[in-house]
Amino acid sequence: MNWISWRRLRALCWKETLQIFRDPSSILIAFFMPLLMLFIFGYGINLDFSRLRVGLRIEDGGGEAADFAAALTGSRWLEVRSYDSRAALERALVDCEIRGFVVIPEDFSRKVKQVGVTAPVQLVADGSEPNIAQFVRSTVNGVWQTWQAHRAEDRGEKMSREIALEPRFWFNSSAESRNFIIPGSITVIMTVIGALLTSLVVAREWERGTMEALLASPVTRTELLLCKILPYYGLGMVSLLLCVGVAHWVLRVPFRGTMPALWVVGTFFLLSVLGIGLAISTGMRNQFNAAQAALNAAFLPAVMLSGFIYEISSMPVFLRGVTHIIPARYFVTSMQTIFQAGTDWSLLWPDILMLACTSFVFIGLTAKLTKRRME
Amino acid sequence: MTFLSRIYSLVRKEFQSLFSTKSGRMLLVMPVILQTALFPFAATLEVKNASLAVFNEDRGRASVEMMQRFAASGAFNRIIPVWSPQEVRESIGTRDALLAVHIPADFSRKIANGETSTVQVILDGRRSNSSQIAFSYLQSVLDVYLKDRAGDAGRVVPSEIISRNWFVPNLEYTYFILPSLVAIITTIGSLIVTALSVSREREQGTFEQLLVSPLSPEMIMIGKAVPAVAVGFFQATLILLAAVWIYHVSFRGSLALLYGGMFFYSLALVGVGLFISSVSKTQQQAFLGAFVFMVPAILLSGYTAPVENMPLWLQRVTWINPVRHFVEIVKGVFLKDASFGRVCSLVWPLIVIGFGTLTLAALMFRRKAA
Repeated sequence: MNWISWRRLRALCWKETLQIFRDPSSILIAFFMPLLMLFIFGYGINLDFSRLRVGLRIEDGGGEAADFAAALTGSRWLEVRSYDSRAALERALVDCEIRGFVVIPEDFSRKVKQVGVTAPVQLVADGSEPNIAQFVRSTVNGVWQTWQAHRAEDRGEKMSREIALEPRFWFNSSAESRNFIIPGSITVIMTVIGALLTSLVVAREWERGTMEALLASPVTRTELLLCKILPYYGLGMVSLLLCVGVAHWVLRVPFRGTMPALWVVGTFFLLSVLGIGLAISTGMRNQFNAAQAALNAAFLPAVMLSGFIYEISSMPVFLRGVTHIIPARYFVTSMQTIFQAGTDWSLLWPDILMLACTSFVFIGLTAKLTKRRME
Repeated sequence: MTFLSRIYSLVRKEFQSLFSTKSGRMLLVMPVILQTALFPFAATLEVKNASLAVFNEDRGRASVEMMQRFAASGAFNRIIPVWSPQEVRESIGTRDALLAVHIPADFSRKIANGETSTVQVILDGRRSNSSQIAFSYLQSVLDVYLKDRAGDAGRVVPSEIISRNWFVPNLEYTYFILPSLVAIITTIGSLIVTALSVSREREQGTFEQLLVSPLSPEMIMIGKAVPAVAVGFFQATLILLAAVWIYHVSFRGSLALLYGGMFFYSLALVGVGLFISSVSKTQQQAFLGAFVFMVPAILLSGYTAPVENMPLWLQRVTWINPVRHFVEIVKGVFLKDASFGRVCSLVWPLIVIGFGTLTLAALMFRRKAA
């Protein structure tokens, strides 16, 4: 028996493609959702604190206090609001009006000038937002250091700092988080198309009984698998190109890579998630259960465990182990490399190898499940 | 009286269909347990177990001491010594190291001469948030070291910043995640229950039977709303208990305020769910519709990234996002003991949203019923 009849395969693929375009919900997921998600990740998910709202209370009337306050107000990273009592500061912090506050206590100006005495400045950050609190602390500290250095310089003193750290960013020199979040978010979009949509579509075929009709025809297992994979692979690739195009031309994320690299990485990742989606729907045969399973087995891991927002190295050991079998993890790093660093095959090949493995495993699993179903 | 008894029987029927199958019962509890067990460990922006590459060209004591401080700080669990700029490039490129420190050959000499020694720190820009946080750890370790050096030399710095964190002094990430999780998991649970309840009846043809019964469309809506609100309360209580008993997050505020806020939030959510339900023909459409609402609503709730970092026009748009207000209510009450007035200022947008979505859903229902 022939493994593949090209005529049958073409006919099956055509039928599948027609079904995709006739169902409004698959178009919603394949074209509207990617744009919506890119837009959200492009504008909504921003980890760069451009204007931190910080409260200020000056209890000292001296010139030095006013000078330091001016330095704070002048910082382009801070939006300083003055309050006239500590109670007002505290209430503002509880109500999230401000993310932290600085109190310049009485005697500040006098103590600063006095030799041998350290003048304290109080800084309180909102600990219920740990990430913001970190940035409040480091930003206010930065302003304070610059202020001290200028002050020492003005007075002709030797620089007060013996050692200074000079940060320099590689791969993303402006340190914009969107430049790495958007390439990462394409992973989530591809997962939704590859796994969520396919999990529904094949299960529907079982639910409606059309799968039995297909199985009664002379279709072979390879043809059946290919006719489910190829149209969605095509849909996924079009979506991927759409995403990369929108990311580059509309959201202005620099794209330093090349098309062949994107094609190789995208192909293996799509095959992996298609494998997951098809395996789930072949195993479940029920739309609602398949959708729930795909949500928990493909979508959530792609968001939580792929490392595009949450750093994998910060997770406990057992979770780090789990991330190794999640294809999204390898796609995130290779997309970030392709976008930010360019086509550097020495960085890409380990990820490509792992993606090839995962796609082999999941498609193999689907093939196995299909075989069992057909007997 | 008949009004209440009719609604009661409908609610009972809804609960029966929720709990009748094993998979139905599983779907109400399993995701909650799974997510409560995994999210607090995964969804953290905290930087732990990071590696620091060190390229030290200096032979002096100061550079060795500084490196020892970095190594002992606990912020980095691995220090990778490298010997050439090429190796620095590799360690960052392959993500082996999050940061790389380059100490120049004249480092110790400059300090001895009373000049400022500059140390170049290379940050992996592909992971800009993590590397900036790790950089601030380095900075604070260095600050302590410099202060100690000054103390040893008998110098006193003219001023210093004494910083503290309120509400969660050690910036524990689980304190931030678990209250938000109460809001997020409740959202997923009650939204899917409402969105699918009507479309399932429609797919199975039992919706027509409901319509010819003496129940009015409004009564059907109430009957569908009550179980969803109950599911939301149940799941939220589960996570709340896990947060307090298992993760030991201290609950500071008033339970009455929290559940009061939750009630109005559930109403707003049920409105959204019923609206999606009333416009979809099949379960698949209802599910994907709920998905298309849920993902943006959760992503833009301020949980993943603060609302204040969004462009101003988008901040205004998020006002109609019920998840955003509820995340703030839970976090405020849980961690900061938010006042009655503060909670009210967050509840009234929920009332407006709930009124809007429920009205829309009722209109759609009446049109379908007619």
